[in-house]
Amino acid sequence: MDIRIENLSKKYAAQTAVDRVSFEVRTGEILGFLGPNGAGKSTTMKMITGYIGIGEGDILIGGQSVRQHAGRLKKHIGYLPEHNPLYEDMPVMDYLQFCAALQGVAKDDIPARVHSMIRQCSLDAEKHKKIGELSKGYRQRVGLAQAMIHDPEVLILDEPTTGLDPNQIIEIRRLIRELGKEKTVILSTHILPEVEATCDRILIINKGRIVADGTAESLRRQAAGQEIFLVRIEDAPDDQVLQALPAIPGVTNVSGPDTATGRWEIQAVPGSPARRGLFHLCVEKHWVLTELIPVETRLEDIFRNLTLN
Amino acid sequence: MQSVWVIAKRELASFFDSLIAYIMLVLFLGFSGFFTWLYGSDIFLVGQASLESFFSVAFWTLFFFIPAITMRLLAEERKTGTIELLLTKAVTDRQVVMGKFLAAWLLVAIALLFTLSYPITLALIGNLDIGQVICGYAGLLLMSAAYIGIGIFASSITANQIVAFLSALFISLFFHLIFGVLSSQFSGVPGEVFDSLSLSRHFESISRGVIDSTDIVYFLSIVLAGLLLAEFSLYKRNID
Repeated sequence: MDIRIENLSKKYAAQTAVDRVSFEVRTGEILGFLGPNGAGKSTTMKMITGYIGIGEGDILIGGQSVRQHAGRLKKHIGYLPEHNPLYEDMPVMDYLQFCAALQGVAKDDIPARVHSMIRQCSLDAEKHKKIGELSKGYRQRVGLAQAMIHDPEVLILDEPTTGLDPNQIIEIRRLIRELGKEKTVILSTHILPEVEATCDRILIINKGRIVADGTAESLRRQAAGQEIFLVRIEDAPDDQVLQALPAIPGVTNVSGPDTATGRWEIQAVPGSPARRGLFHLCVEKHWVLTELIPVETRLEDIFRNLTLN
Repeated sequence: MQSVWVIAKRELASFFDSLIAYIMLVLFLGFSGFFTWLYGSDIFLVGQASLESFFSVAFWTLFFFIPAITMRLLAEERKTGTIELLLTKAVTDRQVVMGKFLAAWLLVAIALLFTLSYPITLALIGNLDIGQVICGYAGLLLMSAAYIGIGIFASSITANQIVAFLSALFISLFFHLIFGVLSSQFSGVPGEVFDSLSLSRHFESISRGVIDSTDIVYFLSIVLAGLLLAEFSLYKRNID
């Protein structure tokens, strides 16, 4: 089931939480929904799941409007809300059975579904414990299990890995990737390596508006106004280097040397022969070039650039 | 309808898991038993095979207990955020409210079921008017339904269970006492209006053994108003 979001807006009193957002997610795609806190991620997700009403615009899930068919569409959506609220006093098994029954899973299929979710989420050892007694990682698995208990075509996960330790994060990511293969998944987070590890596509939202949309690769390319590399030059006085480096064709900025590593940071026009120029310069001056490290623009930098102004 | 039952079942189970059900049963049976058989104008003092003293005690104990049962129904879900999970499942707001109502009502019904030993005992030792007893129980069930309706509404407007408890008690107090007092203060049309709003009057007329359609309409309207208002306060998240 594809999700299409058309010109979606939502206002809380005077504040605009989501502002004319449009995007599309195709079946089998895992979309990473990125943005600083309060950017409108959760609001958008709540509207998709039908928990809160749509302000303006529309959301189409499998061609059907959430405005008109929210009730019917709920069956096809699995949702893990932020903070993963669960009934603490219920045992895991009972809770999953309860969720399955509510989602309209046929009575005869419920034990099989519950069993398979317990196996897939590795909850077997904890299945008779009360949810309140579980550690955060296991609670998160219960949250995922309840979201997927009815094998929904659409999966909406609001910050599924907050508060987990690195091992658990990797585990949950694997689970999402595995279970999300044939589903349409929207996953929100503000942990950047997470989207790279899990998602096929990234959508960055800030102050209710989409500021970037694409794969991690294409975002990098877009953001890469500059090629950056670090170099270490030995047998050369710093002041001479500082004079000579900016003269290389293509180089736009030079800073350094870094006191700890002795490296110079050079910014250059992408695709320019700056690195060749540097090599020839060193040869000509009998300086020794011991290090030349190209710096990949980090997703963090892209994120900061897009969301800070 | 099936979803309503699924929700009601879970809710009922959680009453028993959290001890609320046991405390409520023990207190209710303790109070009503004490005042029916042992103290005050109890059966032996009156000397008649009549359950009137039980019904008047239950009338008051339920008035206090029901807000305590209903206070957590929606307020707790709001506080912990589970309401979001529940309402994004394939259920309507109405089914959620109905399921919770049903659970609370069943709990009261279970409590009343335990008191059936009273009329059975009485029927064995004296000449009990069975019709009146049935009407008395029907009256208690209808009254409970009305207060549960009010309680669910009170629980739907807040995330704080104490607030839910107190506002349910406050609203119920009007029906339980204040309208009756007001009706005796006013004559003419206002007096009649207050009189017809008083829950005690309708309860008395039923427990006397006469089930009148106006009484039933009265109780059902309170239930309906409570449930619809509760549903509306859930629905409100769509508007603002």
